[in-house]
Amino acid sequence: MATWRQRIRPEQIRELSLVVLIVAALLIFAWQIENFLSARTFNRIAGSVAIIGMVAIGQTLVVLTRNIDLSVGSIVGFTAYFVGAQLAANNDMWPLAAVALAAAVGGAMGLVNGLIVAYGRAPAIITTLGTLAIYRMLLINYSNARTVTVDSLPPWVVDLSRQNLLMIGDFAVRPLIVATLVAVVVFQLVLGYTVFGRRLYAIGSNPEAARFAGLPAQRIVLTAFTLCGMLAGLAGFLFLARFGNITAVAGQGIELESVAAVVVGGVNTFGGSGTALGALLGAFLIDLLGQGLLRWLGISEFWRDALLGLLILLAVASDAVLLGWLRRLWAERAEVAHAR
Amino acid sequence: MPANLRRLISWEGLLLGILALVVVLNTNLAPAYLSLANQINLFQLSIEKIIVALVMTFVIINGEIDLSVASVMGLAACLVAVLFESGTPMPLAILAALLTGTFCGAFNGFWVAYVGLPSLAVTLAGMIGFRGVARILIEDRSIGGFPEWFTALGQQPLIGPFPLSLILFALLFVLAFVILQFSGVGRLIYVVGNNAAVARYSGIDTRRLKLGIFIASSLIASLAGILLAARLGAVRGNTAEGFELDIITMVLLGGVSIFGGTGNLAGVGLAILVILNLRNGMSLLNVTGNVQTGVIGMLLILSVLVPNLVQMANERLQRRIAPRKEASIETESSVSS
Repeated sequence: MATWRQRIRPEQIRELSLVVLIVAALLIFAWQIENFLSARTFNRIAGSVAIIGMVAIGQTLVVLTRNIDLSVGSIVGFTAYFVGAQLAANNDMWPLAAVALAAAVGGAMGLVNGLIVAYGRAPAIITTLGTLAIYRMLLINYSNARTVTVDSLPPWVVDLSRQNLLMIGDFAVRPLIVATLVAVVVFQLVLGYTVFGRRLYAIGSNPEAARFAGLPAQRIVLTAFTLCGMLAGLAGFLFLARFGNITAVAGQGIELESVAAVVVGGVNTFGGSGTALGALLGAFLIDLLGQGLLRWLGISEFWRDALLGLLILLAVASDAVLLGWLRRLWAERAEVAHAR
Repeated sequence: MPANLRRLISWEGLLLGILALVVVLNTNLAPAYLSLANQINLFQLSIEKIIVALVMTFVIINGEIDLSVASVMGLAACLVAVLFESGTPMPLAILAALLTGTFCGAFNGFWVAYVGLPSLAVTLAGMIGFRGVARILIEDRSIGGFPEWFTALGQQPLIGPFPLSLILFALLFVLAFVILQFSGVGRLIYVVGNNAAVARYSGIDTRRLKLGIFIASSLIASLAGILLAARLGAVRGNTAEGFELDIITMVLLGGVSIFGGTGNLAGVGLAILVILNLRNGMSLLNVTGNVQTGVIGMLLILSVLVPNLVQMANERLQRRIAPRKEASIETESSVSS
C-alpha cells in the first residue's frame, strides 16, 4: 500500500489526470461525433500541437524558474520569416543548415531576454513584454511589407508537413509532430535526470535557498531563456513548413497559447513544478477540446476563445485545489509512516 | 546627498527630463506642436488607454496584474453595439455594458481574492474568455451607425475645446490621486502590495480590498470601452485588442514596481505624457505604428534595466572601498561556492 505512494508523486497524478481527461474527451467525441476519430481530425490537431507544443516546452523551462517569456510569438514569427526569406533566396541551402539557422536566430533572441532578466535583474514579464514589441518591430522592418510565398520555397520544406513517415492504420505520422515529440522526450529526460534540469526546479521552488546553496542561478536562468528562444526558433521553422506563406504578423498570439498550454499542463506559474510532457498534454487537450466541442455542440468558431478562457481557469483552479489536497494527503501519510 | 538633489534624480525627475527633451525636439520638428489643439488631439488618440492606466496603477501597486482589461473594453463596446442594433435604447445599453464590466471584475476578483489563484493566470483566462464572449456576440460583423449624440460625445468638444473623455480622465485622475496618495484605502493598497501576509495578520480584510480593486479595474475598463466605441463610431470583434500591453507599459514606466508596494500616480501621469508625446513626435517623423511600439518597448526595458545597472555599479564600487576584512570574507565565500 505504501509502495505505490512512495513511487508516485502528486505531480505525476496531475499528469495522469490529464491523460484520463484526454482519453475521456476522445471517447465522448468519438461516440457523439460522426467520423471524429479520422485521419483528418488527427492531422489537424497534430499540425497545430506540433508548433504550440514546441514553444510550450521552452515556456516550461522558463516558467519552472519562476519567470515567463511573452516574446515567443514574435520569435516564432521572426524566425519563420527570416529562414523563409533565406531559403527563398537560396533554394539549395542544406536542410540541416536551415534548421540550425532557425535555432540560432531564436537562441540569440532568447539569449538577449536571458541577459536582461538574469544579469540586469529586470522582471521577466517586463523584459519580454518589451522584446515582444521589439522583435516584432525588427520583423516588420526586415520584411518591409513583403510576404514569403510557398512557391519561392524549396519543395522539401513544404513536403515536411505532408510527408507520411509512418502509417498507423489511417493515421499518418508526419515529420512536424515527430520533431516535437522528440523534443518532449529529450527535455523530459533533461528535466528529470540532469543536474541542469534539477537546478531549474530548485531555483523555481525557492530562489533564495538555491542561491544560498551556491547554485549559479543567473547562468541557469540565462540558459533556460536561451533554450526557450531556440525552441521557439525551431517552432518558427515548423511554422514555415506548415503554412509556407509567411507575413509580418506570423506567430502573433502564440505567446498566450503557449502560456495556456503550460498552465493547463500543470506547470505552476510560481515555478518549481511541472514537466515538458505535461505542457505537451496541455497543448493537446486544448486543441482537442477546441476541435471537438465546436463540432459536438454544433456551435460556431466564435465560441472557441470563450471556451479556452474557461478551460484555463478551470485548469488553474483544479490544480490549486486538487494538488493542495493531494500534497496534504501525502504529507500526512509520510508523517504516519515516520511515526511508525 | 542633499535632499533636493536626491529628489531631482528620482524616477519622476528622470521622466520629467525625458519629457522636456521630447517636447523640445518635437517643437523643433513642428512649431504647431505645443498648440492646445494638437495637445488635445494627442491625448484624444489614446484617451481610453490612459483612463485604464490609472486604475491599472492601483492593481499593480496592490501586487496583482490585470491582463483582461483590453478584453473587457472590447466586450463592453461589443455589448453596447449589439444591444443598440437589437433596438435597446442607448442609455440602457450603456448601463448593461457597465454592469457587465462590474461582473467581469467580480469574476476575476473572486478567483484571485477568495480562491487564491495567481492573478496572472486568472486574468489571462479572462483576457481570452471575455474576448471570446465579445466574439460570440458580434461574430465577424462591424456594427456602427450609433445615434448622433453618442458619437458626438466621443468626437466633439463638450466644454470649451475639451471632449467628454478628456474631462472624465481629468476627474478620474484627481479622484485616483486623492484615493491612492491621501486616503486610508490608498495606504492599505500599498501595505497589501508590500506584504499581503503581514497585512492580513494585522487585521486588514485583504480579500475584500483585492475584490474591490478588480471590480474597479473592469468597471473603468468597460467605461473606456464605451468611450472607444463612441470615438471610433464602429465596433468590431477585435476592438481594443492588444491594449493591455500599452496600458501596463505606461504604469511600469511610471516607476510602479511589478512586484507591488511602490510607485505613485505622479510618476504614472508623467510616463503617460512621455509616451503620448514620444508617439506624436515619431508620427511627425513618419515612423510607423509598429516601430513606435518597438521604441516604447525599448524604453520600458531600459526604464527597469538602467536603475538596476546603476545600483549594481554602485554596489561594486562600494565593495571595493569597503574595509579589507569584509573583502576577504567575500572571496572566501565565493571560493567555497
